Amino acid sequence: MNKQALSLMVAGGFILGLASGVNAETLELLTWKGYAPKSLVEKFEKETGITVKTTFSNNEEMIAKLRATRGAGFDLAQPSQDRISSVQEKFNIYQPIDYAKIDATLIVPSMLEAVKKNTMVDGKSYGVPHVYGTSGLIVNKKTAADANDYTALLDPKYEGRVSYRLKRPTLIAMAFAEGKDPFALYNDAEAYQALMESIGQNLIDAKGLVKTYWTNGDALLQSMRSGEVNVAMAWDNGGWKLNAENPDIDFVAPKSGALGWIDTFAIPAKAKNVDAAYKWINFMMVPENAAVFTNAEKYGTASAGAIEFYDDSVKANFQRSFSQADVDNIKWYPPVPAKLEAIEGKILDKVKAAQ
Amino acid sequence: MLAGAKSKLPLFIFLTPILLWLFLLIVLPHLDLLRMSFRIENDYGDMIWSVNNYLEFFREPIYWLTFARTALYAIIVTFLTLCISLPVAFYITKVAPPRFKGFLSLLLLMPFWVSELVRVYGWMILLRESGVINHFLLKWGILRQPVEMLYNDVAMTMGLVYTSMLFMVVPLLSVLDNLDDSLIEAAFDLGSTTPTIVWKIIIPHAMPGIASGSIVVFMLTLGNYLTPNLMGGKNSLWFTEQIYNQFIASFNWNQGSAFGFLLLIISSLIIFAGLKLTNQKLSKVVQ
Repeated sequence: MNKQALSLMVAGGFILGLASGVNAETLELLTWKGYAPKSLVEKFEKETGITVKTTFSNNEEMIAKLRATRGAGFDLAQPSQDRISSVQEKFNIYQPIDYAKIDATLIVPSMLEAVKKNTMVDGKSYGVPHVYGTSGLIVNKKTAADANDYTALLDPKYEGRVSYRLKRPTLIAMAFAEGKDPFALYNDAEAYQALMESIGQNLIDAKGLVKTYWTNGDALLQSMRSGEVNVAMAWDNGGWKLNAENPDIDFVAPKSGALGWIDTFAIPAKAKNVDAAYKWINFMMVPENAAVFTNAEKYGTASAGAIEFYDDSVKANFQRSFSQADVDNIKWYPPVPAKLEAIEGKILDKVKAAQ
Repeated sequence: MLAGAKSKLPLFIFLTPILLWLFLLIVLPHLDLLRMSFRIENDYGDMIWSVNNYLEFFREPIYWLTFARTALYAIIVTFLTLCISLPVAFYITKVAPPRFKGFLSLLLLMPFWVSELVRVYGWMILLRESGVINHFLLKWGILRQPVEMLYNDVAMTMGLVYTSMLFMVVPLLSVLDNLDDSLIEAAFDLGSTTPTIVWKIIIPHAMPGIASGSIVVFMLTLGNYLTPNLMGGKNSLWFTEQIYNQFIASFNWNQGSAFGFLLLIISSLIIFAGLKLTNQKLSKVVQ
């Protein structure tokens, strides 16, 4: 019976797959949660007749998925700009962007140039900027008023009320908090390893303070809402979302510098529907659409002119959390060279395993 | 001869999909993983053959300690599951009125109608600091301050036992069904105590079911990823997570596949040792 059911299911799935392949044009989008708001997807489908299928993921899983298929299965991916060039060099999972097909007037020129430069491999560039934001602290001002730098995550005062991700940004943030510059060591693997090992040791020593290492953004916001966590390292938009519900909680740009990231559009090497991918990029960068995204998700976009359509609260968020000095102090991720991930991976494993 | 060949033809026709399935989706990928596990990148970025990935497991304490911890917890979970499941199975087969048997088995099955993820999140809602249990303990004045019941090994073990109970109860139900009630009655008539009956009659009779249930529970627990990760929280590095990290975070598929094979080999050895210790034969257990 089992076998029968299974073969039926397989046959059914096959037929369904065929049918949907024939009937409508689709765009397979590999992206982050929140990057394809439902209203925009519906608008895009109405305008173009292309069905959008989204898969939510993160940087590491995007790379692993595309690596497993050698760049097939998706028409458009959204990795961070610093995670493209070394991955492309090694695994060849993206195809160069044809910038002629992109309406450059829609994009902030300085960002487009920076991303082009950072995603360049053998003279070709692989990314178009889409979303930018920072990692810093989300703080409950009522219970942790003086948490203004990453070191608060190691402060015994907040025992049991601290949360962060066990991912590379945490290591890098802690290094900045110690006054070191990990980005300057990117090309010196040994020195980088030594620095990260000492950071890892600090995290192990302060492990008792941690509530939990969060992996899911929504779960973290829930913990902050309920007062289980008072200081967390997280993305700025999370803090701003919470601020709208509870004015005590807000995003704080850390003294040693918020970590700035830009997420991009990159086209996988074996994308089937490249035209739809370019259509989606141009669609998302239209100021009105970009503003819909920003107003919902609170992230900034690289769309030029979207700012006119921002809600006032979105503008206020940025002004509240970032002084001009904070903006100047944002540490933008340079491209990650190969091998660093393995070093960091091992250290993070050690932190997680420590008792 | 001709007749024999004829009667086998349909068998082959029906067997082909499952054989193809097994070969293409299970055997082939495993062979590729096996090949991958013996490749490493040398200093010049070229791939060469080596057993380094396997040596790394023994060289780096964090890896084999994580494995030892995972295996130890899997054994504890298996044992606890057995302790809870044996009375449950005995009650369903021997004590409960016959007309309730189906209903009781259904109750056991019901949690498995939703996915593991949903069940784990359910437990998290109950146990967390701002969760349901804490809410009532505070309301009734039993606690003054909410306590965090999540993110520790006890919560994780409980979650794992809950997840694997069904797989222990079902084989026990079938072996206990065959147990002749008169054996237990005779033992009582001859003046033996309940512990003696459990130890001398029920457990020996249920041994094949216990062994097969334990193997399933042990393997499921060892290979679990969700429950330790979500309920165990910050202290629960499970070996499967180690494999995931190698594949996803470190981009080191070679190391990851070596870990995968080590998990397969060592867990098989543990099961083999368990069978030897309890004098069971695999061929009998899997029946």
